[in-house]
Amino acid sequence: MEPFRRTRGGGARAWIAASEASLLRNLVGQVMTLIAPEGPEPPYSPSGPPGWEDITALEALLAEPGGPASDEDPEARRAPDDPVVARLLPDGYRNDPEAAGEFRRYTESGLRSAKQQVAREMLDTLPDTGGRIQLTQDQAVAWLKALNDVRLALGVRLGVTEEFEEQWARLGQDDPQRAAFEVYAWLGAVQESLVQALA
Amino acid sequence: MSAAPAEVDLPRSADNPVTDRPWVTIVWNDPINLMDYVTYVFQQVFGYPRKKATKLMLDVHHKGKAVVAAGAREAMEHNVEVLHGYGLWATVKQDN
Repeated sequence: MEPFRRTRGGGARAWIAASEASLLRNLVGQVMTLIAPEGPEPPYSPSGPPGWEDITALEALLAEPGGPASDEDPEARRAPDDPVVARLLPDGYRNDPEAAGEFRRYTESGLRSAKQQVAREMLDTLPDTGGRIQLTQDQAVAWLKALNDVRLALGVRLGVTEEFEEQWARLGQDDPQRAAFEVYAWLGAVQESLVQALA
Repeated sequence: MSAAPAEVDLPRSADNPVTDRPWVTIVWNDPINLMDYVTYVFQQVFGYPRKKATKLMLDVHHKGKAVVAAGAREAMEHNVEVLHGYGLWATVKQDN
């Protein structure tokens, strides 16, 4: 990938390899599944974390671990059980479950739609087989949001902390999480270059 | 078509000073959002100049949270909704 550069008119452009475009498509698609309006069907068993050996392992990178269905009153909206989904659709109030539930009742559906929308916009402007990415300012903002959602999802799954570099460095050469940390770092570099191009 | 709501006898604010307290939008630190991205979001969402947006971002980063706006409850809830769209970790709170 060549980093994003500003274009006249306030947009941005970059160049992306086919494998990188495929990776982004895959990850954005997984986020869309996680925040689908009707809620995701857990696509894999909660037997353990997915492997990271190859691109096919990324299919399950962000998959929601299975969990018991909530038996609470469906009208009582509370934060999703999956920590990734809870981070993408966070509470609007802290230490006030009633206000948080009320806020969620009025905003969660719209937030899911908005996140789907920016993800869709990103996929629509991502060249299928790699190549030039050319974004208007609005499309670039959609990319920023969609990239950020992918980073949030992956970061929560990996348990990333402020000491990300140290966490990464501590992983052994054959640690199955190594590839995911590399992807996470790469996503950060892509997003950073886009912010710089727009700032 | 729905009928206009009946007049409701709301308690006078003097009787209920709690509701007079302004509300605030708080952004919490998290280890994932990029510092430059958070600054950019504050500029975009609130129209803050870069210097103010950067200071707020650093407050979030170093102090764990920062009040980024204050005002009516509805406006603060709208802020939080928009910030959640950007992936920031934001909440509404009554100031005290």
